[in-house]
Amino acid sequence: MKKTVAEYRIEHLQVLDPQGELVSDLPDFARDPEQLLSMYRLMTLTRTFDTKAINLQRTGKLGTYASSLGHEAAHVGIGSAMRDEDIFAPMYREYGAQLWRGVKMSEVLLYWGGDERGNDFSGPRHDFPWCVPIATQCLHAAGAAMACKLRGEKRCAVTVIGDGGTSEGAFYEALNLAGAQRLPMMFVVVNNKWAISVPLHLQTAAETLAQKGIAAGIRCVQVDGNDVLAVRAASEEALARARAGEGATLMEAVTYRLSDHTTADDATRYRPKEEVEEAWEFEPLLRIRKYLQSQGMWDEQREEDLLRECANKVDAAVEEYLNTARMPVSAMFDHMYDEMPESLQEQREIAIRYEGSGGGH
Amino acid sequence: MPRITLIEGVTMALAHELEKDDRVVVLGEDVGVNGGVFRATAGLQQRFGAERVMDTPLAESMIAGMSVGMAAQGMRPVPEIQFMGFIYPAVDQMISHAGRLRHRTRGRLQCPMVLRAPYGGGIHAPEHHSESTEAMFAHMPGVRVVIPSSPTRAYGLLLASIRCPDPVVFLEPKRIYRLAKQEVEDNGEALPLDVCYILREGTDATIVTWGAMTHETMKAANELDQKGISCEVIDLATISPIDFDTILESVEKTGRLIIVHEAPNNCGVGAEVAATVAEKGIYDLKAPIRRVTGYDTVMPLFRLEMEYLPSVRRIADAVVETLED
Repeated sequence: MKKTVAEYRIEHLQVLDPQGELVSDLPDFARDPEQLLSMYRLMTLTRTFDTKAINLQRTGKLGTYASSLGHEAAHVGIGSAMRDEDIFAPMYREYGAQLWRGVKMSEVLLYWGGDERGNDFSGPRHDFPWCVPIATQCLHAAGAAMACKLRGEKRCAVTVIGDGGTSEGAFYEALNLAGAQRLPMMFVVVNNKWAISVPLHLQTAAETLAQKGIAAGIRCVQVDGNDVLAVRAASEEALARARAGEGATLMEAVTYRLSDHTTADDATRYRPKEEVEEAWEFEPLLRIRKYLQSQGMWDEQREEDLLRECANKVDAAVEEYLNTARMPVSAMFDHMYDEMPESLQEQREIAIRYEGSGGGH
Repeated sequence: MPRITLIEGVTMALAHELEKDDRVVVLGEDVGVNGGVFRATAGLQQRFGAERVMDTPLAESMIAGMSVGMAAQGMRPVPEIQFMGFIYPAVDQMISHAGRLRHRTRGRLQCPMVLRAPYGGGIHAPEHHSESTEAMFAHMPGVRVVIPSSPTRAYGLLLASIRCPDPVVFLEPKRIYRLAKQEVEDNGEALPLDVCYILREGTDATIVTWGAMTHETMKAANELDQKGISCEVIDLATISPIDFDTILESVEKTGRLIIVHEAPNNCGVGAEVAATVAEKGIYDLKAPIRRVTGYDTVMPLFRLEMEYLPSVRRIADAVVETLED
């Protein structure tokens, strides 16, 4: 005899369609115009910042930079659903979430400008810094959630990973732990279809990335990652459940990487132009702007004012970044240990003696 | 004869072996259509197909582990780890399996794989993209660690590594990927592993180095030459196992030893060179051995990275101090 012992399904949430039409019930937060406008303003600021950061890199004023173009809804949706006391463990391009949480644009620039002080950001001081080794941050988020659980705190951990990152062992290890321990946390897979040059179908044969949580026994949902209302609504629900002791959620936000992987990449080598052009029709700012317009909350004048305001804010951040002098060579030795060992003190003196001697070439 | 860069030497060697040996498979993240983030595998998938030059899922443990599996079953995988900073999930497979397979099966299975990775600082890269952790692999019994420092040696040593019946970690100093060109003939002639290369003969002091630091070291040696100080510069090339004969012979002649590496000082490969020269050649030494290395700090982000890397002046000063001892 054979019988079905388990069955699963993955639900997809969309609140606004690409034309900005409401296709689901309006989430509670979206009844507050101020909330909607804050989200749209930050998405626009993030995009303005992104364009400027790429220009800075192109003109030699910034190092390699990972663009967030096309991810504004996913990132702002996550950030706006979190509380300050929650713990964020990002990968490296979630500026929309981080700016919402209080990280400064000048700090983002410092990090990509080769200065550790960017990681010492003014957003929630308990948040984790950017995380370049793929998927390792998922385990930190699980550990943070474990700490919250053990101390009986009503706080959640949120981590973000890309479609490529879901191939890493650390991702599955974290999912498994979150399931086994009913951890108060949310995993967000921002599926932008490309891991540098590797398309999703070479990464996995699964129909969705949301279903990667099924085997871990956690709740799995998929949302339209270009729809900021859907991302925030699903995130709020996941975090409410986590706070109520109902365990972790894996949310897949389906979007598209409209940029190169980083400024060091050239996506025209491997990605068809037509695919990118088509993806622009679904880009996230467009639909929320259309919705705001349809509700009488937005018009061309306000858009123009907003763009100017964003440009001014970004310019101020860039100026602050460019005016931040390099740390002295001794900074290399600071914060290595709680107390500096003697051997390191000797090396510190050598480094100071040779400061500016060129190194390298 | 084509004039090529170090990275083109890598590409030429990969193409040569793909052409000549059906067992060779190149695999890794973005090595296929994209040709590698540094272009080391540019054009290879177009030429040899997606089954010989394979884009894998993003998982370094998987890349190393599947290579162990392929190698044990008679293939010659040449996996690429995109940056050394992402190699650590692969470490388990290298230390627990690649380096042990021959020994623990009493020679029944072997593991002829070459794990390639760009390494080192000085290219203004983001966090985790600039470290030099070759000593970690040198500490693994059964694993060879090879580092080329020129286009000629990139070609010749990579050919030798692919043909080597043992696992090799082949670390490419990315700062000098495109620094200099040499004429290299694509003749399929490998260079020997497990030997040092003498870059410059001298009589007053021996400087042992490898990878990108060969450039600063040669500059220092040339500057010292103007002052009448004659340095012998040795490129270690195979970091493990080390060719101590060449080093000891040189120290016997010069009586002085300086070791230069980019990696942190503590337990760096320089410590192994110094310890063995102390064990086997201490009576030839006229002065204490000196090390000029990266500091025992986290590799700083790029605003300070040039302060971290040993400078020509630091190297030259160390030689002069050794001569004054």
